Order: sequence, then C-alpha cells, then structure tokens
Amino acid sequence: MKSKRLIFALVLAGSLAAMALPASAQLTEQVPPPRLKWSFAGPFGKYDEAQLQRGFKIYKEVCANCHSMDMVSFRNLADPGGPGFSEAQAEAVAAEYKIKDLDDLGNPIERAGRPADHFPAPFANELAAKAANGGTAPPDMSTLAKARSYSSGFPWFVFDMFTQYQEQGPDYIAALVSGFKDQPPKGFTLPEGAHYTEYFPGHAIAMPPPLQPGQVTYDDGSPQTVEQYSKDVAAFLMWAAEPHLDARKRIGFQVMIFLLVFAGLMYFTKKKVWSAVH
Amino acid sequence: MSGHSTYQPTNRVLQWLEKRLPIGGLVHSSFIAYPTPRNLNYWWTFGGILSFMLGVQIITGIVLAMHYTPHVDMAFRSVEGIMRDVNFGWLLRYLHANGAAMFFLAVYIHMFRGMYYGSYKEPREVLWILGVILYLLMMATGFMGYVLVWGQMSFWAATVITNLFSAIPGVGDAIVTWLWGGYAVGNPTLNRFYSLHYLLPFVIAGVVVLHVWALHVTGQNNPTGIEPKSDKDTVPFTPYATVKDGFLMVCFCILFAWFVFYIPNFLGHSDNYIPANPAVTPAEIVPEWYYLPFYAILRSIPNKLLGVIALFGSIGILAFLPWLDTSKVRSARYRPLFRQFFWLFVIAAIGLGWLGTKPPEGIYVILARIFTFYYFAFFLIVLPLLGIFEKTKPLPNSISESVLGAKA
Repeated sequence: MKSKRLIFALVLAGSLAAMALPASAQLTEQVPPPRLKWSFAGPFGKYDEAQLQRGFKIYKEVCANCHSMDMVSFRNLADPGGPGFSEAQAEAVAAEYKIKDLDDLGNPIERAGRPADHFPAPFANELAAKAANGGTAPPDMSTLAKARSYSSGFPWFVFDMFTQYQEQGPDYIAALVSGFKDQPPKGFTLPEGAHYTEYFPGHAIAMPPPLQPGQVTYDDGSPQTVEQYSKDVAAFLMWAAEPHLDARKRIGFQVMIFLLVFAGLMYFTKKKVWSAVH
Repeated sequence: MSGHSTYQPTNRVLQWLEKRLPIGGLVHSSFIAYPTPRNLNYWWTFGGILSFMLGVQIITGIVLAMHYTPHVDMAFRSVEGIMRDVNFGWLLRYLHANGAAMFFLAVYIHMFRGMYYGSYKEPREVLWILGVILYLLMMATGFMGYVLVWGQMSFWAATVITNLFSAIPGVGDAIVTWLWGGYAVGNPTLNRFYSLHYLLPFVIAGVVVLHVWALHVTGQNNPTGIEPKSDKDTVPFTPYATVKDGFLMVCFCILFAWFVFYIPNFLGHSDNYIPANPAVTPAEIVPEWYYLPFYAILRSIPNKLLGVIALFGSIGILAFLPWLDTSKVRSARYRPLFRQFFWLFVIAAIGLGWLGTKPPEGIYVILARIFTFYYFAFFLIVLPLLGIFEKTKPLPNSISESVLGAKA
C-alpha cells in the first residue's frame, strides 16, 4: 500500500515536472552558468586593460591555434577602450604574424603582418578547419561573446532589463572553458571524440579542454589558474565582439543626464502651459 | 488640412509665397491652430512619438545603407564593419535595431488606445483602416530589415516566413520560388529584401500623410468618446498638444536610450551574431518579440494552411473592427462589460506573445489555442453581441463638463 502511494506520488510529481519544464528537458539541457563579476557590467562598466591583455595572451597562445577572429585587426589592439597597447606594440604584435599576400608580379607570398591586417585564420578554409577538428569547424571568435547566451526564463529576463544584465556571453564562455570534467557523470554516454563540459547545451563538445593550470605565463602576478584564465579570455572575447562598449556606456550616461534634464524642463513647461486650462 | 486657414503672415516674403503656395497656412491650420480636445490623456501622445520614430528609422537607415553591402558573402561582415570601423556606426546600428522595437512598442500602445476608446468608430473608419495598413507595412519592413543582418536568425526567419506561402494550395510552391528569386533563400532574396526595406519606409511615410489627413478631417477622438461641441471643448494644437507630446516624447527617448546604450542586445537573439549558414538549423527559430503573438497563433493551429490563414486573418480582422463593434458608445469608460473583455484581450495578446517563445508542446499548445480562440472570439462574437446586450453608462453632455465635473 505504502509503496503504491509512493509510486503514485512520484508519477504525479514527474508529470508535473514534465509539464513545467518541457523546453529544458527536450531541447538542449543547458545549465545556466554562474553570473560572474565583470568590470564592464552595469551603467559605468569599462574594460579592464590588464585583463584584456591577459585574455589576449591566452587567445594568442591557446585559442588562435584553432579559432579564427578575422573581423578584428591588429590596429584594434591600440584603439581606445581596448587592451591599451601602444601603436608601436600593436605593430610589433602584427609583425609576429605571417600574412598571405601577392607581390607586384602577382606571385603568392607571405609577408609580416601590418596593423591594418586582420588576425589570420589558423586554417586555409572551413573545410580544412573541419577536417583538422573531427568534423566540426571551431567557430570564429570575432562575435562569439555576443553569439552565445542562455535563457534566464520568465520572470528573470524582466529583471535583467532593469539590472542591465548583458553578460550572458562572457558568463557562458568562462563557465564553458572551466567546466570540463575528465569523466562524464554515470549514465551519460559521451559520443566518440567528444568531451564532457557542464555548461555546453547537451554537454558533449568537440573541443578538448583548452586550458590547463600554469599553461600561460602571466607577467602581472595574476593567478595562473584555469578559473582566472577563463575569466580573462571571456573578457577579451567580449571586447573583440563589442570593441566600443566603453564609449557606448560613457556616452549613454551623458545622453541620460541630458534627457532627464530635458524631460524635467518639458514637464514644467507643460505644467505652466496647461495651468490655465485645467 | 482642415477648413480654411486663418493664417495671415506679416512677413512680406511669406505673404508673397502664401499667395502662390499656401504651405504656411497648411502647416498653421494642421499643427498650430488645429483644435484638439482639451481632455486628451497621455495615451494620445503616441501618434507624435510614432512620427518621431519613423524619422529616426529613416535617418539612421539611410546612413546605415551607405555602409551596408547586400550580398550573402558580405552582408554580415559589412554590418560588423559598421559596428567596428564606421565612426559611431555602433550607435547608428543599435539606434536602428532598437528603434524598430520601440516603433512597435509605440504602435501597440497606439492601437490598444484606439481600441479602448473606440477611435475606429464612425466617422473614423478610414483613419483606422489606414492605421491597419501602416501596421502591415511596418511588419513587412521590420521583417525584411531583420533579414538584412544575414545572421543565423535572419536567414532562418526568412526561410520560415517565406515558406508560409507554400501552404497556398496549387500555386504555393511557385509563389515561394518567385519570392525567393530561386529555389532557396539566397542572394536574390537578400537583394530584393534590401530594395524593399529601403522603399517601404517611404510608402509608410506616404500613408502616414493620409492617416494624418484623415485625422484632421474628422478631428481626434478623446477619452469621453463624444465629439467636441463648442470652443470650450478644445484647445489649439500649439502650444497645448505640442508641449504635451514633446514631454512624453522625451520620456520615451529615455526608455529608448536605456536600450540603445545599456542593453542594446537584450531584444535581439544571440544566434543572429552567427553568420547565416544554410547547412545548420538553429536549435530554436523565434521571430522578434513584436511578431510573437502572431507566431503563436500560427503554431496553435495544427493544419499549416489554416494556421497561415489564422495568422493573416488575425491582422486582417482589425480592418473590419469598425463594423464588428456594434456599440453606439465609443469609449470604454462608459462600457463596463467591454472594458473587461478588452483587458482580457490585452492579456490574451500578451499571453500569445509569451507562448510564441515557448516550444509548441504540452500545456503551451493548449494555452495558445485558448488565447487564439479568445483573440478571434473577441472580434467575431464578443464585440457584435456587446453592442446589443451591454448596458452602457450615461455619457456626459460635453467634454468640458466631463473635465470640470471631475475636478469639482
């Protein structure tokens, strides 16, 4: 009798849960990543130059082996609101790269990169990228931080509007690259060649765990942990995707002040004009 | 645009011009001396806000078009070029993308206001129908603009929406091929969408002129729904309406700026930052928020053809509203039953919007069907019957009586 009741209760609870969560159960099984603290969050947010420089180092030494970032130019490294390289430094970074070009006679050559060049792709084309990575081309990183997100669900997305939460992308990226597990949990069958990570929709990702502790040397004394690495590279990717964020938020504040004062003046003008009629 | 102008320019150049082209008198009678009901509330300021938003969209759009490349291989990159390399390109693009959303927000408020106060009723039927045409044009323009970004959601939205026409029996597939300019969404599709996206806003501007013209022939409705009877019932457009519209327009700009500067991607879908890829279908294909209620209606009906008919019917039915509502009383203020059904309609519309983001399964389908049924029942059953059975409250004798009575 007792066990029958228990089964009934379990079935009821299960069907209720199935009704409440049909989307998450069927579609992607995406675990919401933890919300981290970002220097560029909120109305006065700004990129942290040192963090962007560290993130760039990780991109250059790790990510760039497989991922392109071909909408970003070397000169962007010296743009205001970015990693804060000097023009000479950006030029020096560019010179480390080999760029495919043509000489005056039309012969294919490789020359040193210039600030105006875009970051070269690690593979000649998408097919080559696919072939070298087990059938899945690593996505381009130029817009990646804005191209990844997760659903906060109702009613949270309403609050996000007021709290200005726009860091879904970097939160997700940081969680993804630091969320790899050596062994998938029991009962989870990992497809051939895939790797288990907590926050990827469906958990099985083609990318192997990209970051190991101490893999990239930091010159500024920041901890060389996977956690720190993943935050730094996520911040860098956010900058790569939204290079004018600093200017946007700075101008936004000025616009807001202007509009609030303007609205106040309009309000009192309106009151004065209408006082005779009311 | 209404009646003879009393405009008497004192400047001699203007007098000379006025004799040859009475444009000063036109502006004066339309936007200065034009009598507006003295009891208009803030819901009446959205017409001005909509004109302003149309201006914002056209100006930002023209500059964006100078930097955009309508080609499948270059469109996404050119948009990113605007975001990165064009001076204040990010601002133009965020203004334009969020401006579309604000435009729709304003038009929905404007439409619900018209419904609540019975602004569609005789003699304003043509004014209302012109509004429905404007809304349809906006939807077409907004959709095509979204496709131009040529991200994943652009591409797949274009595929899904154009495919709706394949439901037409017999000629459906031929029509879809004709719309695409090929056998799939491709470069010809993008090119024609770009061309039409540039053309339609000027068509909208033209219909707006007709809309305002029709408005100035009949005069504005007002919260009491009774016509102005004497000069005591109205105030001149300038300064009264001008300053009131201006105040709310600035408030609306604060909301607009909040989105543009602080959460510019809140209303967009992250997949649209992935370049279009015909070989990869996104996990979910959702339209922009302003189409969601209609998307939910489409999906709530299991038959594709009937779903498409319901989708277009749900918009087309608005044009018949002046005749479906049989009540002689305009304003919901004096229609206690209508008021309740109206708010249920608002809930159904917003509910459908929410369901448009949900997968079509389980409880969501049932809810979507209930709301869809109510959506149509509101127009086809509730409104015709209410006019017969509803006991309305007594109307005030005049607008000024309602204003001063409320104050006393």
